[in-house]
Parts: sequence; C-alpha cells; structure tokens
Amino acid sequence: MSDNMQHPQQKTGAVQTTGHSWDGDLQEYTNPLPRWWLWCFYGTVIFSILYWFVYPSWPMGKGWLKGYGTVDYTITDKASGKLLEKKDQPWNTRALLLEDLGQAANDPKRKEMLAKVQAATPEQIVKDPQIMEFVRSVGKGLFGDNCAACHGQGGQGVVGLYPNLTDNDWLWGGSTDKIQETLVLGRKGFMPAFGAVLKPDQLDDVAEYVLTLSSEAKPSEASERGKAIFQGQIGGCYYCHGADGKGIASVGSANLTDKIWAIVNVPAQKTLQDKKAQIAGFVAKGVNNTRIMPAWQNRLSPTDIKLLAVYVHQLSGGK
Amino acid sequence: MSDPTVPLYQKRIPIHPRSVKGRFRTLKTGILVLAYLVYFVLPWLRWDRPNAPDQAVLYDLPGRHFYIFGLTVQVQDIFWLAGVLIIFAILLFFVTGLAGRVWCGYFCFQTLWTDLYMMIEHWVQGERPARLRLSKGAWSREKLIKVGGTYAIWLLIAFYTGLTFTMYWVDAPTLVVDFLLGRASSAAYFTVLFLTTTTFVMAGLAREQVCVYMCPYARFQSAMFDHDTLIISYDQQRGEGPKGRARLGKGLKTREERQAQGVGDCIDCGYCVQVCPVGIDIRNGLQYQCISCALCIDACDVVMDNQKWPRGLVSYTSENALNGKKTTLLKPKTFGYGVVLTAATAVLIWSVVTRSPYTAMVEQIRQPLFTRLSDGSIRNTYEIKLNNKLTAPMTVGVRIEGLAGATLDMDGMDRIDLAPQERLKLLARIRVPPVAVKDNDGHEKNEKDDMERAKVTFIIEALEGATAEPIRRKVPFYLPDND
Repeated sequence: MSDNMQHPQQKTGAVQTTGHSWDGDLQEYTNPLPRWWLWCFYGTVIFSILYWFVYPSWPMGKGWLKGYGTVDYTITDKASGKLLEKKDQPWNTRALLLEDLGQAANDPKRKEMLAKVQAATPEQIVKDPQIMEFVRSVGKGLFGDNCAACHGQGGQGVVGLYPNLTDNDWLWGGSTDKIQETLVLGRKGFMPAFGAVLKPDQLDDVAEYVLTLSSEAKPSEASERGKAIFQGQIGGCYYCHGADGKGIASVGSANLTDKIWAIVNVPAQKTLQDKKAQIAGFVAKGVNNTRIMPAWQNRLSPTDIKLLAVYVHQLSGGK
Repeated sequence: MSDPTVPLYQKRIPIHPRSVKGRFRTLKTGILVLAYLVYFVLPWLRWDRPNAPDQAVLYDLPGRHFYIFGLTVQVQDIFWLAGVLIIFAILLFFVTGLAGRVWCGYFCFQTLWTDLYMMIEHWVQGERPARLRLSKGAWSREKLIKVGGTYAIWLLIAFYTGLTFTMYWVDAPTLVVDFLLGRASSAAYFTVLFLTTTTFVMAGLAREQVCVYMCPYARFQSAMFDHDTLIISYDQQRGEGPKGRARLGKGLKTREERQAQGVGDCIDCGYCVQVCPVGIDIRNGLQYQCISCALCIDACDVVMDNQKWPRGLVSYTSENALNGKKTTLLKPKTFGYGVVLTAATAVLIWSVVTRSPYTAMVEQIRQPLFTRLSDGSIRNTYEIKLNNKLTAPMTVGVRIEGLAGATLDMDGMDRIDLAPQERLKLLARIRVPPVAVKDNDGHEKNEKDDMERAKVTFIIEALEGATAEPIRRKVPFYLPDND
C-alpha cells in the first residue's frame, strides 16, 4: 500500500501502537474501543448470570444448580392410552426428548392415518399407497420392537427355529385374516416324534419319499417304501401333511412339495445322503414345545395387531 | 507502550451530514427507490398457482418449499441456495477488485436504511446547522417535538421493515390481519420485534459504527484492492499544490492567482467532510471507514462548478492514475473472477432450467438380501421414493429392464397417481424364475457370502401431467450361488 493508504492519524502521530512489531514492520494500533462495545460486553455478562438461573449451570456438591426452567412431559400407554407418567422436570435434554416423543404420539397426521387403518379392511389398506406407506413406516417400528427378536429385523427368520416371514410359504395361512389370527392367539407347532415308531431304515425311506415330493430326489424303490409308510397307517404322515404332501394350514403342517424348507436346511446339503440324514433325524425327534408363537392380544392394541398383520403380509409378497 | 492520554474507550461522536445534490446522489436515490420498491412490494404480488400458495415470492418453511414466481424450490434443490451464495461472493470479489466498495456505497441495506433515516432527519429537523444546534442545545419543547417526531417516524419505518420481512415467510395479507388482531404466531411477533429493534438501532443510532466496527467486509477490502481498483480519492497534487490548500481570500480568488502563489485548488471549504456519512476527511487518503458512497465527489463538484474550475478534485480514480500511471482494468485477476462468475452462473441456470418435474430414488431392502420362494424363484425387494415437484397432479409409471426373466410386482402400484407435491414411498418386488436363476451366469460372484450379484434397472417415467426424460436407476439384484 502506498502512502495515501495509511491511517491518516498515524501521520500526525495521534495513534499509538502497542509497541510490538512483527516481521520488522508490522505493528498493532491501540485504538480505543467504542463505548457501546463495552456496554454490550456488560450486557453479555448480565445475560450469562440470568442464564445460570434459567438453565442448569453450576455443580453444587453432588448435584447441580438446576435452574428455574422446566419441561413437562407425559408418557401414555400406547395400547390403552392410559397415562403412565406425568412429570415436571428441571430443564434437561432427556426430558425434552420425552416431551417430543409424547407429542409425536399426538401428532394429528399420525392419528389421522391410524384412524384410517382402524376403519379400513386389510384388503382396502393393501390397495391404498398412502396407508401402505404409513403401515410400512410404523409397522417397521412395531415389528422391530415385538417380532424381530425371533423373526429377525427383516422377518427372514432362522431356519429350524423361527419361520421366515418373507417367503410365500405359510404354515398357518398367509392371508391377512390368518396372520391376524396368528398374532392374536399365538401358535404352537407340533409333530410327533417317530424315533420310537419307525426303524432307522424306515425313517430313511420316508426321508427319501419326502425328497421326491419336491423333486429333490428321483422316485426309487426306497422312496416307494417310504411312500407306503407316509400314506399308510404305520407312519400316518398324511393325517397332517395331506395325501399330496402340501400341508394343511388349519393344523400348521408344512408343505413338503415346495422349495422352502423351514426346519431342515435341505438346500444347504450337497449330497442326497446328507439331505436324507437331515430329514430322518428330524422326523425321529418331531416338534414338541420348540416352535411356539406367543399370543399378542394382551400386549398390543387391536389397531397395532391389524397394522402388523398387513405389514407381515406385505413382507411375504402380499399374495 | 500505549499512551495514557489515549482513552481505552471512546464515545461515539454524532455525525450530522449535510445534504448534497449531484450525479451520485441521484444515482443513490434511484437505487434506493428501486430497492425499496422491490423489497416492500414483492410480498404483495400474487401468482396464480393451482394447489399451492398464490404468493409470488414465498419462503414456506413448514411446507418445505420456496416459491419464486414460476419456480418452486424443493428441499432437495436447496443446493441452489449455495450456488446463489457462491455467485454473490464471487460477484463481490469481482466488483470490489474492479470498482471498490460498490456494494457498501450503493446497495448495502445498512447504507440504504441509514440514508432513508437521514433523509427523514433532514426533513423533520432541517439541514446540518439546524441539527447541530438542536443536538447541542438543551431539551426544549422544540427539541422534544422534533427529535421525538424523528424517532417516531423511524420506529414506524423499522416496524414496517420488520413486518415486510415476515411477509416473505407466510401469506402476506393473512399475516397483516392476524398480526394486528393478535392472532399471528409468536415467531412472527418475535421476528417483527427483533427487526424493528435492529433496524431502529442500526440505521437510526449506530449507523457508521456498524460499518466501522461490526462489518467484517470493511476489514478485508484491502485484500481485494489493487493499484488499479477504482477508489474515491482526492487529487493531492492538484488540491494541495506545492504550498498546501488555502481558503479563498485576497489574492487567492482565481486559479491563476493561486497557482502563482503555489497554492492548490482545494479551497478548504470542508463541504466534502460535512457530507460524509462516516465522518472522515477524504483528503487524508483512502481509509477503511470509507464506504465509497461518492457523496464527497458530488460536494466537491458543486464547489468546483461554482468556481467555474474543472471538476475532479475528488473523483473516482485509481492509485495508478493518481501516481500518473495507466489504469488497467483487464487484469488476470478480473479475468479470473469473471470466468468463475460466468461459469458458476451458467451452472446454476443450467441446473434450474433442466430440473426434473419429479424425482425417484430406488433403494434395495437389504434384510433379507433375497428370498427363495416356494417354486424356487428368487425375489429381491426395493423401496422406491417418488416426489412430485409440480403443483399439479401427475402419473408415474415404473418398469424394469436388464435382468432376464425378471418380473416386477408392486401390488398394482407400478402406475401411480401423485397428488401435487406429493412424496410417496412404494414397495417393489422383483422376481426371477428358477430357470433364469440357473441361466443368469456371468454375474459378480462373492465367494465368501455364497452369493451372486446381478444388476437390474428401474425405469421411472412420467406418463401424464409432465414431460421429462425417464429416470433410470441401476440397482443390484442378489441371487444364491448355484455352484
């Protein structure tokens, strides 16, 4: 900068510098601060003191100065709408969150959509894109809270333990009505143990026959023997699984003719021998008190159950 | 060390600028009228929008939309705002490098409102000497009425400024009625109160203190200035002569007499100092307080015209010109800023013009990655997010391509009517039959997960209500490994 860029007062010597200099010629003015700046500074000091009394501030022994500011929040039971907790706490962010959550339940849009779910039949809900968007969003939360512990976050289940809810094979029926029934009353899977009834080679024959039902094995002499046991009085498997092996939804028996294996992981086995061994082992043990779905009628509201039924139904492909 | 005679704090010395007539004053007043017309009239303009608010310019925060005449800015287009800010920043650098503090002198709202407040002060209290007398005099009936009157008018303007600002964020006519009936939201009252206060304090009381102490721009201007930048400057050589400036006096009346005496053209009338809104003396050279309002040029021109001497003792010039060198305007710096400015503006315009009437995102639902169905076919599921950006209804269709044998199932929602500005999430299921599962070789294999990854493309197109290029989204499709 040339001479005429200099501070005018510097020429007259009226402006003092701090006396420090950097890089040889960089100096710092000691210009006076404007008076109003000082008042603003005092203002911020007063503000900070007021702030201590409104919001939590100083540590006091084991506690702290809580401040006069308060947050009111209420927690209500989702199913019954009963008031569980009403609190008036000193200001804190956790109470703010609870306040927000309490307000979220009273969100008019959410209430409106829930009323729609309540009023419509499942068939109507499935056809309505807006309600389905709401069902998927709220259903994901409900499913995560109540169902995911067994069925997995996405409803994929665990082979042998908890049914996969995303495929189109249903033990107890896959219509929204049937799913709702399952949710309300719960289910208890049962299959007698055949280990004491059938001899090992008979179990093996039955296993081979079962594999032919889903084209995993070709018909053979052994499968013919197995068929006799399955369809005859010795095994009597057809009582529950049906003469065609397609299962009967009212008793929750598995469809043995499709590609879905809920209990025995057949697709994971490489050889026919391994597949047979898996099935035979299972038929010998049966299912007793190991595959139980609890009843939800006393835990979730009817609207939540209806919403979950539609949610689970759409997970499976919605057919 | 600091001199004890320099106080730590200083009181503001009130500035009572004298009014002036001239080219730059006319220009400034013109810009002021234009800017106020835009600011105060804009919220009242209506714009016919079916299914959306009818206000020409409305920043609808709860509705997540900005309406600017024919343009509706969605949340996801908010990066345009970043573009606008970048353009303004570069424009500032560009103009400052070229012509100095043009923004400060002519366009800044602090300058505009201070200008208006000074005009009112002048109108109520009279010219500079009258105002000086009034401010120094004891409180009297006259002082009370005149100062009180000025403050009252200032307050009214401040209030209407705040109210107008609030009108940009809600429907203006409704707001005014609600506001006066006490039915408006607390945010509206707070905003109006806040802006009334700041306008009154900043334009009425603080004035040049804002430019000198609060505004950072004044402090970094020197980084953008160079020797060719237009500055408002006093022609030291002509004004001072070898022996300095001198008042008009005996034997110092004409230029010839003065030049013979070695005295410059400056008659030291002080007019340029009196008109200065920041209270500096331009004859001391370029100072950081100077907002380049050019009123001192007008003042000096008036005086020179009276003397019938040539104008330009105080003028827009550059440091180079002052030192007798050539002023180059086309410098690499100017050119660089110009290129960046043009490019940024072009990108923004292109982005706005080619905006799609709708958006579509496809996301795979990854839990589970795939499902084996009873006939052995494989299914993947996806979530499609649609957003109709129009204020009219439209129909959108979804289809897929690029995966052999695949079928799309959306529960009949693959052709969907979207309400104006509707956002909707849909579920899409893609199913590949067992034969195609076996045939689909050559996919990316993942040994570890025992999985293969194919690709499928969703094509989402506007069928009715809008014309646009279909949106294509290529997403993965997972299959079990058959080997």
